[in-house]
Amino acid sequence: MPIKTVYQAQIESIQILDEDGKLDAELAQNTLSVDDVVGLYELMFISREFDEASFKLQRSGRMGTFPQNRGQEAVSLGAAQALRRGIDYIVPYYREHPAMFLHGLPMHQVLSYWMGDERANAIPPKLSMSPMSVSIGAQTLHAVGIAWAFKLRKVDRAVLCFFGDGATSTGDFHAAMNFATVFHVPCVFCCVNNQWAISVPRSKQTAATTLAQKALAYNMPTVQVDGNDVFGVYKAHRDALDRALKGGGPSFIEAITYRLGDHTTADDARRYRDAEGYAAAQARDPLIRTRIYLESVGRWDESKQATLDARAKVIVHEVSEAALNAEPPATDDLFRYTFAEMPEMLLKQMQTHRTDSIGQDPEQIGLKAAPHSAESSEVHHAAT
Amino acid sequence: MPLLNMVEAINLALRQEMCRDERVMLLGEDIGVNGGVFRVTEGLQAEFGVDRVVDTPLTETGIMGASIGLAMGGMIPIPEIQFEGFLGPAFDQLTNQAARCRSRTRGGQTCPITIRVPFGGGIHAPELHSESPEAIYAHTPGLKVVIPSHPYDAKGLLASAIRDPDPVLFFEPKRVYRSLKEKVPEESYTIPIGSAKVLAEGTDVTVITWGAMVFQCLEAIDQLPERMSVELIDLRTISPVDVETIAESVKKTGRAIVVHEAHKTGGFGAEISALIQEHCFLSLEAPVQRVTGFDTAVPYYKLEMQYLPDATRIVASIMDCMAY
Repeated sequence: MPIKTVYQAQIESIQILDEDGKLDAELAQNTLSVDDVVGLYELMFISREFDEASFKLQRSGRMGTFPQNRGQEAVSLGAAQALRRGIDYIVPYYREHPAMFLHGLPMHQVLSYWMGDERANAIPPKLSMSPMSVSIGAQTLHAVGIAWAFKLRKVDRAVLCFFGDGATSTGDFHAAMNFATVFHVPCVFCCVNNQWAISVPRSKQTAATTLAQKALAYNMPTVQVDGNDVFGVYKAHRDALDRALKGGGPSFIEAITYRLGDHTTADDARRYRDAEGYAAAQARDPLIRTRIYLESVGRWDESKQATLDARAKVIVHEVSEAALNAEPPATDDLFRYTFAEMPEMLLKQMQTHRTDSIGQDPEQIGLKAAPHSAESSEVHHAAT
Repeated sequence: MPLLNMVEAINLALRQEMCRDERVMLLGEDIGVNGGVFRVTEGLQAEFGVDRVVDTPLTETGIMGASIGLAMGGMIPIPEIQFEGFLGPAFDQLTNQAARCRSRTRGGQTCPITIRVPFGGGIHAPELHSESPEAIYAHTPGLKVVIPSHPYDAKGLLASAIRDPDPVLFFEPKRVYRSLKEKVPEESYTIPIGSAKVLAEGTDVTVITWGAMVFQCLEAIDQLPERMSVELIDLRTISPVDVETIAESVKKTGRAIVVHEAHKTGGFGAEISALIQEHCFLSLEAPVQRVTGFDTAVPYYKLEMQYLPDATRIVASIMDCMAY
């Protein structure tokens, strides 16, 4: 027996709600109720409105760079719906704000963040999530660590980590997958395969046939799901969460979707995106099929849509106003969170708003100490 | 009071902190069954179990990133990076993630981790096992950088680091690990982070150093003519640095020499030199001198002793500085 097969695997792909809005009733059992789907559709739509408004805020110069979520709403919300709010922990990257909204993050905080206000990263204490990660893949290790802590502390909580297709190329991702199974932690990895890492297509990111198969090397249960199918996404995550909470360890889910927007407002996808693929992706828009489904079960119509349309506009307007009208942060806010206790040299920088030593201590050249930068620089210039 | 070397002192501090707080855990490569490649964690896995003294897969970014998550999840992790030369793969997690954790969450999430790292040269180790990268991390806001030179300090500073609510990079000069024993109290105690120690009082010149170079400086002082009075400062922490102790000394002596193993350019000696001219400008009798490793890669060990500052170079610098 010189050669034998020592390992074989197969990967399943799930779809419950198809492109035409047709539901596989059998697979849909014990997943989302119609009421759930109404709620999720409404938040998908509000998130889409938020996305459009954010784009306009950036284009009109009232907000910095913003990454649209457009087209990925079903992944974000289907996955987050599988978690218990305030208990299971979300570790998101920067494009998954619908999941954060579903779990209670005030929407204006996301706008404030992209308006350059770091205070927006203060997650309300009752919510169970970290701020969005900007480093690609770094957060996967944090998710594993948090899940590991839950396991060590014997608390009944699991972690959901979002990341994109690009992140699967990073070392941190592989370290995280490896740690997750070695230490058997309750962590669900949701790989949002939106086909693009800025301009690099999925086909150039890896030669692997699927991203789901990356988990095989770590002996992690893995599945592929139609990411525009909110039922399928929910089911994949619900199964993975259940497994994690029963002590079954981590799972991997590749949710296949399409980034309908640019990478960010600083990007122009027309430079690299093929028109045909884009048009096909638009036809698979998760909002379209979810609405068709709700109409087919008699829970949605034009008038409900008109009401939601109006409501979304009001919500997004109020959220924008809240972010735009926020008091600017105080300069001292720069210093306060570097350490729990401010070291002497940093304290001096905060007290004087100066780093130059004479500016910090004008008395040494016979000048009177001034509390703040503007004043002390006037004194200094007057003296010279 | 027992006589302990630095390995034993650190081991005792770890054991006491693990007894004091059950959230404290250790993770790293070979630290469990094997007790660490320097045996610093010897016996701890047997005492506290595999969940609290964890042998991890071989990935420094994994160790660092998972430690951040463990801290976010309510633990107090003490990751070990086996050698300072392997901090590179963990650099993003350490500087962009751990160090910014408190600030980017406006205090909502903190990262109370102590990263233990055997550090520096002088033990004839292979390539990338003898580096002194401390300045890089002293340049990182949100990180504290502690470098004890003696067993007593190592024990008290490590206890402080573990109890510190922010990330502390704890460099252990491996050249000193077993080179001396001193009296170390058995009971738990802390030494405040950010306070330097005056090891010898003097009036002619101030020598400022940290880590294993403390002993080269002591040797140099022994070789000086008796009439020369040297003040020797062991910084013990380079971030936050104890400017007050440095300035007070240099105002008294008027002359200062910084000694460190790391390369000269952009080394932490440059920062100290700048602080001295800011705080002691009118007291200076001579330019601040730096006796450091050369601006070359840290060599393989056949030339290691030529790279590292030794008593001869330090004596020469002190004499030149005094003659200025």
